[in-house]
Amino acid sequence: MSADLNIILPEIVLAVYALGALLVAVYTGKDALTRPLIWLTAAVFVVVAFWIGVSSEVGTGFTAMIVKDGFSRFAEVTILLSAAIVLVLSQDYMARFGLSKFEYPLLITLAVIGMMVMVSAGNLLTLYMGLELQSLSMYVVASMRRDNVKSTEAGLKYFVLGALSSGLLLYGISLTYGYAGSTEFAAVILAASGEVPLGLLFGLVFMLAGLAFKVSAAPFHMWTPDVYEGAPTPVTTFMATAPKVAAICMFARVTHDAFGNVVEDWQQIIALLSVLSMFVGAIAAIGQRDIKRLMAYSSIAHMGYALMGLAAGTVGGVEAMLLYMAIYVVMNIGTFAFILTMTRDGLETTDIMSLNRLSEARPGAALALLLLMFSLAGIPPTLGFFAKYAVLQAAVDAGLVWLAVLGVIASVIGAFYYLRIVYYMYFGETEAPLDNDVPVVQMVALAASGILMLALFPNLLGLEPAAAAAAAALVR
Amino acid sequence: MDNLLSIVTFTPMIAAAILALFLRGDDAAAQRNAKWLALGATTFTFIVSLFVLSGFDAADPGFQLVEERDWFLGLKYKMGVDGISVLFVMLTTFLMPLVIASCWDVTTRVKDYMVAFLVLESLMIGVFCALDMILFYLFFEAGLIPMFLIIGIWGGANRIYASFKFFLYTLLGSVLMLVAMIAMYLDAGTTDIPTLLAHQFSYAPLSVLGLDVVGGAQTLLWLAFFASFAVKMPMWPVHTWLPDAHVQAPTAGSVVLAAILLKMGGYGFLRFSLPMFPVGSEVMGPLVLWLSAIAIVYTSLVAMMQEDMKKLIAYSSVAHMGFVTMGIFAANQQGIDGAIFQMISHGFVSGALFLCVGVIYDRMHTREIAAYGGLVNRMPAYALVFMLFTLANVGLPGTSGFVGEFLTLMGVFQVNTWVAFVATTGVIFSACYALWLYRRVVFGDLIKESLRSITDMTGRERVIFAPLVVATILLGVYPSLITDIIGPSVANLVETYDVATSDLVLDRAVADAGH
Repeated sequence: MSADLNIILPEIVLAVYALGALLVAVYTGKDALTRPLIWLTAAVFVVVAFWIGVSSEVGTGFTAMIVKDGFSRFAEVTILLSAAIVLVLSQDYMARFGLSKFEYPLLITLAVIGMMVMVSAGNLLTLYMGLELQSLSMYVVASMRRDNVKSTEAGLKYFVLGALSSGLLLYGISLTYGYAGSTEFAAVILAASGEVPLGLLFGLVFMLAGLAFKVSAAPFHMWTPDVYEGAPTPVTTFMATAPKVAAICMFARVTHDAFGNVVEDWQQIIALLSVLSMFVGAIAAIGQRDIKRLMAYSSIAHMGYALMGLAAGTVGGVEAMLLYMAIYVVMNIGTFAFILTMTRDGLETTDIMSLNRLSEARPGAALALLLLMFSLAGIPPTLGFFAKYAVLQAAVDAGLVWLAVLGVIASVIGAFYYLRIVYYMYFGETEAPLDNDVPVVQMVALAASGILMLALFPNLLGLEPAAAAAAAALVR
Repeated sequence: MDNLLSIVTFTPMIAAAILALFLRGDDAAAQRNAKWLALGATTFTFIVSLFVLSGFDAADPGFQLVEERDWFLGLKYKMGVDGISVLFVMLTTFLMPLVIASCWDVTTRVKDYMVAFLVLESLMIGVFCALDMILFYLFFEAGLIPMFLIIGIWGGANRIYASFKFFLYTLLGSVLMLVAMIAMYLDAGTTDIPTLLAHQFSYAPLSVLGLDVVGGAQTLLWLAFFASFAVKMPMWPVHTWLPDAHVQAPTAGSVVLAAILLKMGGYGFLRFSLPMFPVGSEVMGPLVLWLSAIAIVYTSLVAMMQEDMKKLIAYSSVAHMGFVTMGIFAANQQGIDGAIFQMISHGFVSGALFLCVGVIYDRMHTREIAAYGGLVNRMPAYALVFMLFTLANVGLPGTSGFVGEFLTLMGVFQVNTWVAFVATTGVIFSACYALWLYRRVVFGDLIKESLRSITDMTGRERVIFAPLVVATILLGVYPSLITDIIGPSVANLVETYDVATSDLVLDRAVADAGH
């Protein structure tokens, strides 16, 4: 029993922290405690991330309900660190727009626990439990701006469509259980080898559809732009980073741990999801005028590329996918660090036209954003190019040359709208400039991510070997 | 000096970083400092690159001054030059100080302008030095970013359209090359260019979507690379981005575009398409020869009808690049020697012609041919310089333009007489448009009121043109300066090409015998 508990000690620590902090906050300072709580939560995340990162605890717990391996370690560290950065970035925004509620950091903590369970699930039920913990917390934070119609709408839409996708997923799980006789990955993979029963295939398809909702892959992406636009910007930032990593890692877990012997059965489905996401993301973003909606479509396209790595169905593919997600998170944190500071006369603005001539008002920020945009577009020598290069290589290696060719064509279409942001910043019409009182954290995050985009670091600061080890742990 | 090439490549980039980080303010003093620093950095780069040339052993056809370091994702940082690439490095470092000097009168965002050009110089040198395929792609593509900004910020009235067209057009060509590079990496297990040159890619016939592909994988890879280099070159019919980009770019941007960036396509053909996919080249060669012939005649005719000087020179560039592709895919010593010579010579001549347009554009702020006439009366020195480069553009013997055209025509004549015949008519057309342009702008009476007070070239402009004049005439009367350096490497290339394609001929003979 204690060995079981040891396995999930990080989750337990976080849960105890969240509940304890909740009690303290309710009985004492309430919202006055928000700012210290945000910093404390971020600190706890960082400490737990280091703890998970250095401890090499590998094993299963609760009769293989939980699997801790190199893969889950990589995913958990990425999730915790990105969540910590997003929390720190959001505190200024929350204070400025009267959203300083102490529940915010605690709900994020609960969501993070959910994600950690998702990526280390060894059983379809654990997976579902983690997913629901994450989703329920996210529904609440998405509608945190209660007096705002759009925020409420976002929360409701997110909830209804999230419930639908959970239903699809559950139905798939029940079919899988019916035909495999177990919900445990280790048992499913035995049933799903060689000649797969039709019912099991149906279960697989339903589960993939449910998972595609969660990673917002086309054609299950419809909720993304509305929710991104309506949710308070810090929440959007969060949704664009950690939950995406968790969802795609969960995707990889299900496909490789439970259906790893029938790669060709899910490969085509994922390849199709990938192509649709890349093109929907690239084409639909062209018409967007709101930067948050634009980033929503951008994230749909990026999920397409990450899925391309997964579609390869190889160790190299998973490694490329993990690398892609880590780089994607850095790019999004940088970009959203800027979006969080977009105010004019104290009011938030998300119109991309307000970026006009940013290069003259704030040359440093414009340069960093320029690097981020070229990186998101995948133009060398930025980091985003290496991410795309890795997934393309995995796809070609797996014989999916057509997928790689479609991917690069979509990336050219997508380059157009990233270039347009550069165009507004550097050659646009002169307009009333954005406010210039930018908090230090935002500036640091923007500058740091801009510098990281230059890909000057050997081994990508150790990211590459870590991703390789994680992928090797997942794919056997 | 183990890392001479890295020094040459990254000196401008370091100067750009210093400019961007430490130079503050936008007053006259800061602008002057930015210009002098940029000029100093590019001149220093040129001087260091002379050491590259002096350390280069022309008799050795292999790669020299090689440096190699590990990077990430299994990629390597590997630099080196051979007889084909070393002259392009020299061309770049030679022209950049002149380019910087030519934009001395720019007053808007001077610091950013200089930073953009310095970064661009680093990336261009990097393209010619890279000995790792992915590193090559990195430099090749990254060059789009500064050029996009140069056209978009400092360009003419319709600059937004031109900058987007330039960027997306060339990007679409290049990404297909990236997929091909990945396929090559998986086939050969390395991205190292010297190893890939020795690797033989399969040319067993295969069928794609029901079509039988002669030359198999080599032809497919060749096509993917062709998509990129043909756009960059640019070849007819994918040349349409070039006139737009040239017309809208500032003078210095046009010079860099015509003189150096266009050469990347030709260099790519010589570095990748021809030696790595000889069978693919042999299969697709006739297509390229005919496309080149069409380009030479068609764009010459189009150039004749232009009313904008820059557009005219842009179309003439496309025509001259037609000679280059023709020479390359003639795949014999004269053809390839001529193609490289033509690229170097075109670098001087077209760069100088755009500078000539810049001289009068700075004074009158129009590029309309009709707005000028009779300039010889007020600008005798300008008329002389413009005449020299016009005649070099036509290919008059004694100028560098003649040698390249003559060699490429000689090379292609041995392969395909009809193509040579059609291309030769292009020489006549080029004389038509170039001399007609010269007549309309320079000769005649000075009747336009606005031109009455136009002044001749300033001392700075004369200094800029002087090295170009010397280079053009020197190469025209003493071409061995170049052919001696490129000769051994080209001979090596032609030899391996002939060996590889003779296998193909043999295979075909065997197949025919079997039928």
